[in-house]
Amino acid sequence: MSMRFVDEYRAGDVAKRLAAEIAEMAEPGRHYKIMEVCGGHTHSIYQHGVEDLLPPEIELVHGPGCPVCVIPMGRQDDAIAIAERPEVIFTTFGDMMRIPASNGSLLDAKSRGADVRMVYSPLDALKIARENPDRHVVFFAIGFETTTPSTAVTLLRARAEGIRNFSLFANHVTIIPAIRAILDSPDLRLDGFIGPGHVATVIGTRPFRFIARDWQRPVVVSGFEPLDVLQGVHMVLSQLREGRSEVENQYSRVVRDGGNPAAMKAIGETMELRTTFEWRGLGFISQSALKLRPEFADWDAEVLFEVPGVRVADPKACQCGEVLKGVIKPWECKVFGTACTPEHPIGTCMVSSEGACAAYYNYGRHAGRRRREEEPAPA
Amino acid sequence: MSTRPARTEEDVLDAIERRRRRPVRKLLDERITLSHGAGGKASHTLVEALFLAELRNPLLEPLGDSAVFEAGAGGPRLAFSTDSYVVHPLFFPGGDIGELAVNGTVNDIAMSGARPLHLSAGFIIEEGFPIADLQRVVASMGAAAREAGVAIVTGDTKVVERGKADGLYINTAGVGIIEHDLDLSPKTVCPGDRVIVSGTIGDHGTAVMIARGNLELEVDLESDSAPLAGLVGDLLAAAGDGVRCLRDPTRGGLATVLAELALETELSIVIDEPALPVLPAVHGSCEILGLYPLYIANEGKLAAIVAPEAADAALAALRSHPLGQDAAIVAEVREEPPGLVLLETAIGGSRVVDMLAGDPLPRIC
Repeated sequence: MSMRFVDEYRAGDVAKRLAAEIAEMAEPGRHYKIMEVCGGHTHSIYQHGVEDLLPPEIELVHGPGCPVCVIPMGRQDDAIAIAERPEVIFTTFGDMMRIPASNGSLLDAKSRGADVRMVYSPLDALKIARENPDRHVVFFAIGFETTTPSTAVTLLRARAEGIRNFSLFANHVTIIPAIRAILDSPDLRLDGFIGPGHVATVIGTRPFRFIARDWQRPVVVSGFEPLDVLQGVHMVLSQLREGRSEVENQYSRVVRDGGNPAAMKAIGETMELRTTFEWRGLGFISQSALKLRPEFADWDAEVLFEVPGVRVADPKACQCGEVLKGVIKPWECKVFGTACTPEHPIGTCMVSSEGACAAYYNYGRHAGRRRREEEPAPA
Repeated sequence: MSTRPARTEEDVLDAIERRRRRPVRKLLDERITLSHGAGGKASHTLVEALFLAELRNPLLEPLGDSAVFEAGAGGPRLAFSTDSYVVHPLFFPGGDIGELAVNGTVNDIAMSGARPLHLSAGFIIEEGFPIADLQRVVASMGAAAREAGVAIVTGDTKVVERGKADGLYINTAGVGIIEHDLDLSPKTVCPGDRVIVSGTIGDHGTAVMIARGNLELEVDLESDSAPLAGLVGDLLAAAGDGVRCLRDPTRGGLATVLAELALETELSIVIDEPALPVLPAVHGSCEILGLYPLYIANEGKLAAIVAPEAADAALAALRSHPLGQDAAIVAEVREEPPGLVLLETAIGGSRVVDMLAGDPLPRIC
């Protein structure tokens, strides 16, 4: 495995050149709102201080593509109910452990005695099932199309190997309905999109065409290194300047326009669309999530275990929904930085490393404010 | 409609910075979670709100790597420290729990500028643990002690029922003697000082993580576990009172020790990201796992805050020692913004580096 590939996408001189060209393209006085759909982009933007390189005309709006953030509290309660069963080993990605539910987080459930284990992949969970034949191992499957294929492949492998002490609590969501919901939302005017590079490796670039065709907004599917994001912004601005609205692929070193047919096939074999699914803050969105097909009922934790399955309203003060839609910035949330902090989060956006609030809080905006202090706003 | 004036972004950023500078040390949790052991914010809250509150005394209060006191009025200054080791797995590339238990405590003592003398060792062993493994661990402790020039002079053994401990836990404590008049303390840190790290960061934590074998990453990487007293001796000989203070960036990594120093000194520390020495294998593994080497534990590295005029001599002294060949100046102390660590990124951006709220890698040492 090559370990050196990342540095060439972080070169300071290239970044400065791209930034200068972006500044030149931006029309003075015009306010550009470009949404980066994916939480991975949000994280990279804050981690590398990308906004420090952008001219004041350009605002990056953080989108809904944070898989941990969008899981509603009711599903988290269901997860904890499963995890607290004595026969269950509950496996999950690390970020999910700290998400607050009605009665604490999975980490709290673990400290009360639940057997909750962090894994990096569903295949790790399957391995735990093989090693613990007298226990039942549940994997908390979350994520957009990026992680769905590995869940699907794990399921196929569990069936092929006849592993019966393993099941999935499926919470996979799909990105297109969420983008539609945002475009339909009257309170947000966007100029263009940085498209989700990892999702596009699976579904390709074609599903994003409706944004360019029906909404006349440029979409540039982009990678996750800071130079990828800068180039994505550059390409969106070029389209705007030339009056184009197309789906372009900045991340062509990884993304094919047709996506990954093998991954899509594995998803189709194992999962089907839910009629509707609740997203934290965004409410119910029809056909926006996946469940296991009936022929996989023996591996479906929702079939095997009784869960409360009730809809739980978010804490009143929490504005994760508006943050996820890009309607408000993290700092505009009423509880941001006061009642809601990374140490004691109220909402999911403050927990996940891909959440806009956590990124904003942890990485700060120091250079940005220094720049604003040094260059007083034009009168 | 509320008539309360809306907060501006500046208000919110100011409030966060105030909170960062003066963290709320109130223990709100009802039970211990793994976060309390991670070395980040939850650990600090536990230590300050519970341990320090109950056990407060002038020697404990600075919460340094070791306590420094005079052995009787006018007697020699001694450094005293303790640490427990729960690393999983017990054996990993580049070391094992025994070597770690010696080096970790030796290094805590060395950071106060002391020459480590004697250690104690306490073993908590699970019923059923293989004697051969225990033999291996203790032999490795013996070898590490000889290398570090210390003797393990007292000890204790406890055995608990199967299932009550994960194989083996070790506690060590140690004393060292301070044989110079230097005052190594954050109080001496000034704006303009440089931060030198003695080598590549994040090696130990990444190596242990990969050794757990549940990642299926094939990476050639060893823990950096090593005794640092010799390196400290060379550094102090070369740079003398140009050395302000030393830190041992173990749990929580370099980011956490610098965040602690910034808070304690009420100064700013600005890290130059491209200057950070990171092995390609550590960089790549961390990228894949979504971790950041600045937060990953080291077991054979030190961070030295040195006066600007002593920086070159200090760097040369570190680089001429086998354990300091990759030493680099990675950060500078500034006046503004007080209490914060900033990182200037490779692409020319900048961001805050804070302590972590959660635990990226439990049981790394």
